[in-house]
Amino acid sequence: MARYILRRLGFIALTLWLASMLIFAATQIIPGDIATMILGRFASETAKNNLRVQLGLDRPIVVQYLSWLWGFIRGDWGVSLSSDSAVRDIVFERLRNSAILAFCAFIIYVPLGIILGLIAGLRRNSWVDSTLSVGSLAFIGLPEFVSGIILIYIFALQLHWLPSQSSVDYSLGFWPNMPMLVLPAITISLTSLAYILRMQRSSTVEVLEMDYVRTANLKGLSARQVLFGHVLRNALLPTVTVVALGIGWLIGGLIVTETVFSYPGLGRLLLFGIQRRDLPLIQAVAMIIVIIVGLANLGADILYAYLNPRIAYK
Amino acid sequence: MNPSSPQKRSRSQTARLYWRRLKRRPTAFVGITIFLIFLILALIGPWIAPHSYVAQDVQLRLQPPSLQHPFGTDQFGRDVLSRVIVGTRGIFLLGGIGTLLAVLIGTPIGLFTGYVGGAVDEIVMRLLDVFLSIPSLLLALVLLSTVGPSKLNLILVVTVLYVPMIARVVRSMTLDLKNKEFVEAARVRGERRSYIFLREILPSAVAPLLVEASMRFSYSIFMVASLGFLGLGVQPPSPDWGLQINEAKNFFYAAPWVLLAPALTISLLVISTNLMSDGLRQIMQPGRGGL
Amino acid sequence: MAAEVNKQPVLEVEDLDIVYDTEHGPLDAVRKASFAIHEHESFGLVGESGSGKSTLAMGAIRYLAANGRIAGGSVRLNGKELADVPRHEMRHLWGSQIGVVYQSPLSALNPSYRIGRQIAEVAQLHMGMDKAKSSARAIEMLTKVAMPDPESVMRRYPHQLSGGMLQRCVIAMALMTNPSLLIMDEPTTALDVTTQAVVLDLVWGLKQQFDSAILYITHDLGVVAKICDRIGVLYAGEFMEQGDLRQIFHTPIHPYMLNLLGCVPHFDLGQAKRSLVCIPGFIPRIDELPDGCIFAERCEWAEEACTVERPPFVHTKDDHYTACRRWEIVPPVDEHVFAATSELAQRGGGEDEAHLVEATDVRKIFRTPSTGLLGRGERHDIHAVDGMTLWISHGRTLGIVGESGSGKTTVARTIIGLEEATSGEIKLHDEVLATSLSKRPRSVLKEIQMVFQNPDASLNPHTSVGEAIGRPVRLLTDASGAEIQARVLELLDAVQLPSNYYYRMPGELSGGEKQRVAIARAFAADPELILCDEPISSLDVSVQGALMNLLMTLQAEKGTSFLFISHDLSAVQHLSDWISVVYLGHMMEWGDATKVLTPPFHPYTEALLSAVPVADPDAKQANIRLEGSVPSAMDIPPGCRFHPRCPRCLGDICRTEEPPWREDGGDHWIYCHIPLEELREMEAGTLELATERGGAE
Repeated sequence: MARYILRRLGFIALTLWLASMLIFAATQIIPGDIATMILGRFASETAKNNLRVQLGLDRPIVVQYLSWLWGFIRGDWGVSLSSDSAVRDIVFERLRNSAILAFCAFIIYVPLGIILGLIAGLRRNSWVDSTLSVGSLAFIGLPEFVSGIILIYIFALQLHWLPSQSSVDYSLGFWPNMPMLVLPAITISLTSLAYILRMQRSSTVEVLEMDYVRTANLKGLSARQVLFGHVLRNALLPTVTVVALGIGWLIGGLIVTETVFSYPGLGRLLLFGIQRRDLPLIQAVAMIIVIIVGLANLGADILYAYLNPRIAYK
Repeated sequence: MNPSSPQKRSRSQTARLYWRRLKRRPTAFVGITIFLIFLILALIGPWIAPHSYVAQDVQLRLQPPSLQHPFGTDQFGRDVLSRVIVGTRGIFLLGGIGTLLAVLIGTPIGLFTGYVGGAVDEIVMRLLDVFLSIPSLLLALVLLSTVGPSKLNLILVVTVLYVPMIARVVRSMTLDLKNKEFVEAARVRGERRSYIFLREILPSAVAPLLVEASMRFSYSIFMVASLGFLGLGVQPPSPDWGLQINEAKNFFYAAPWVLLAPALTISLLVISTNLMSDGLRQIMQPGRGGL
Repeated sequence: MAAEVNKQPVLEVEDLDIVYDTEHGPLDAVRKASFAIHEHESFGLVGESGSGKSTLAMGAIRYLAANGRIAGGSVRLNGKELADVPRHEMRHLWGSQIGVVYQSPLSALNPSYRIGRQIAEVAQLHMGMDKAKSSARAIEMLTKVAMPDPESVMRRYPHQLSGGMLQRCVIAMALMTNPSLLIMDEPTTALDVTTQAVVLDLVWGLKQQFDSAILYITHDLGVVAKICDRIGVLYAGEFMEQGDLRQIFHTPIHPYMLNLLGCVPHFDLGQAKRSLVCIPGFIPRIDELPDGCIFAERCEWAEEACTVERPPFVHTKDDHYTACRRWEIVPPVDEHVFAATSELAQRGGGEDEAHLVEATDVRKIFRTPSTGLLGRGERHDIHAVDGMTLWISHGRTLGIVGESGSGKTTVARTIIGLEEATSGEIKLHDEVLATSLSKRPRSVLKEIQMVFQNPDASLNPHTSVGEAIGRPVRLLTDASGAEIQARVLELLDAVQLPSNYYYRMPGELSGGEKQRVAIARAFAADPELILCDEPISSLDVSVQGALMNLLMTLQAEKGTSFLFISHDLSAVQHLSDWISVVYLGHMMEWGDATKVLTPPFHPYTEALLSAVPVADPDAKQANIRLEGSVPSAMDIPPGCRFHPRCPRCLGDICRTEEPPWREDGGDHWIYCHIPLEELREMEAGTLELATERGGAE
């Protein structure tokens, strides 16, 4: 088991390292002059030179990459070009905000998706199943900016139940901000909920067709005992991986949703950085997201191995 | 005996089988029908749009829906319906070409690495994993922020994002098929590798590939629209749906139709594409689970 | 026990009709089935695939798929009519009164829970036991099924046990409550022959020990002959014949059963190769049954009256029932099956014949994928083939027999080049062949072809039959254009398929037909050697017989050499001139077929022969059983690799020293420390057949 985790950890470290190269390459190795790109075509040559020195662009590309990577590992993420403050401080504050929102969404869509998926799988081919299956296909297809805006229209503009914008301020604590979290959390949940539901349904259906479920039935166990004693654990196993893979989606949803609701999170920070061509900021946010995704997958791998005796003993 | 007839017969048989299955799945049927309507709009949209999608009329700013303008007019007095119709082509072109390129590039990669196996496979797949470990929207944003948003770049970004996914699907199909006895029988009689790829493996991989491609296409619409909404997609004054929504956000309360028309159209297209790809999977690969 | 037979039967099925509702309408899967089983009795439900044997058994205990239903008839368990039992009570009967053992023990057990919990659960549910008591009961039952170290097995997960061990667990689980009915659905089909023998012994012993009536479902006439008291033969959903096991095997009174016995190869050592008596045609589709006798179409004794009306299932004499109107004219087994077959060729192939293929000291080592980070962890070498030397003579068949993991398939694949031999030399016509397929010239490819095991994967689903057979003709012969097509039609004819199959797609063919196409494809370029890798194992008994006939006829016509690989010793002995017995990557014994199968044997051959199910209730077989399971090819035991399981192990010498090849004449070798004379003495009477059937002509 320990060896298994170590191996997964190794794979994720390798992936992160390659991803860092990709991010660096995508942001810094581009055709044309970066300083011109950032400052605009009409900036003075001195300003451009200053920026080049500040970004270390005068050095060879490999050195640039290594010093950036080393800086990132040490926690020195550079200074934001647009606000002159340390990138790390800005990123951490926004990361916390996004984490709160993501967590709120997470506790909505994961349990709900699992339960609805189980129901659809157990009642396979009934009207409940078709409704949930078709409904989930529809929600998977709904971009967050569409569902978010529709939610705003109904609950904020028409019914006036909830605020349409989510300019949270967590220095006041969590609860005062709570109403502002409801709509964005639901918006993010919709797509992921549908995704979890469908995967949970198909894994439930698959397990129900297994021979050992027949064995359990013919032991004389009641339908309930079969479900909780033999079906559930096996049907939930793949969901662990599915939830982790869904983190990537969640982050995509976060970027769009934060924009819709003007929520001060990592996604909006990224867009802000992109609009201002703030390279250190973009790189730091991208790296943080990649690390989070990697950690989520590692966690899922460990949980999966823990729950599945066939892996634990390999 | 005409040697070409057996092939034809089998194809029409498969088609009949698929048609029978399709008839039993109303949702797939609806999905495919709506999708085809959009496809027709994409092809002939500019000729059937009631108005010009760029013609501005200050007198008619933010008019609510009427007989003249069924979806109302926008902040420049342009006909929203016409802009939505004409916008179809853009989204089909961006997502469609991007997906197509991804299939054209990803398929040979998947076939080759899966068939050859060993270190080549290990390295290529590890690299593709890196792409897959980065959330697609994030990667798209980072790439577009440097190369700048243009139609060509959007297509290329879609391609870059989907090549690894397509390659993975084809690779796993190839891994599955390459040890099948019929492929070994081909090796034993000395078939060339190109024959094995094209005639022995690919035909069995077509159905899952088609399903995967239709799913990718549906996501690409989703993503291109999201990028448009975030301001990193197609630039004004293109009648891009995401962009329209982004622009209409500001006077949403005063004129919700400007926003709702493209928003609902996107949803309809993505949902119908989803229903279609789900239906294709059930029709072409019954018994296989998955999203 | 004879007195008890008159008691009320445990299970009594009367005129049972089972229907599946499909999208094309109702399908009468089982029609008017009647049978009864008493205490201590084992009743065999015998039939080929699609005969409805599992449906009948599961329908009888009212466990059917959602679209299945009982349309008529009655089932009584200990006199209680099951149709009246409400669902929740039925559930209680399952597990307490009815125990079930399944075909694949690994999939029948839940992979996520320990064995102990799964077995103990039954006692908690039906016997009101608490955790501790139910565990004790489970251990007691595991001990009864002869499980070594039951306490530790209780703590294991299913994937940690071998197939034979798992099947014991499932049997223990089924017997926990001492059920009155035990249903066994092909419980040994997924196991190796030697493991199967052990499990069958166990079932035999349990039958004496428990009161349960056993309903034993199988397609294997050899297994049924070993384990059952009475049998019922199902065909396309109806009983054809039913009665006492010996009576049915000795004097079948339905042509289907008679011909089924003809399809099974019998041990006919020392005899010439001869064809089997087979059944022409196919099993009818359940939705297109004729009005008359459902077997009439394939029956050589059918007359006009047979096709008019479905004959009733009648009692003839003693305890013997048949669905044949003309049962009185059904000929005796000896006359029909053993005497009437035609002789095809003399067995043989001694030293004097020229060798077509020679493999010398061939080894194949697979390296397992790395387990460590970046591929730097430990790798394990799997010695799949560990130094085999063999040859095949012109026009002869070498049979390789061995259990799973013996390396029999791998050695064939190295000969044809699908696997590259790690070391050793393969010669064709005295010319050394390249190990890699891609380095072999066309002229070599043409000479060696292969028929694969799985008919469904053998043919590309997107390639028509004509194209599949035509490809090797185009690539490996000089034929072109219309010649190719003519050649394909000729080949179709040779494998007894009609010429309109040229346009068929594999999806439209049955398993047997697919394999015929695969055989035609292998013969397409007229090769000198065809490797047959278990080509008939996955097919029904009657189809197997027909394909063996086909292979032998083609060989006699074309003079092709065969390498025939199988785990089925009776099929191998039927087809082969020479036999090689392999175990864990190495040959144990090889030589002339007759000599290999008569003493002296290698102890492993002896064990195989005493384990092989023979379709003859009176066959006498030595009771030699192998302990444990085949060791991993990653960790081959030192000395003689068979020593850990060898019942005749001599001691240290076997554990440390590699045995010598002992030569018995110029055409028989045994790899053993025990001298030939001693082997001969200790092994007399390993397999004695009741009647000298081969000599009945």
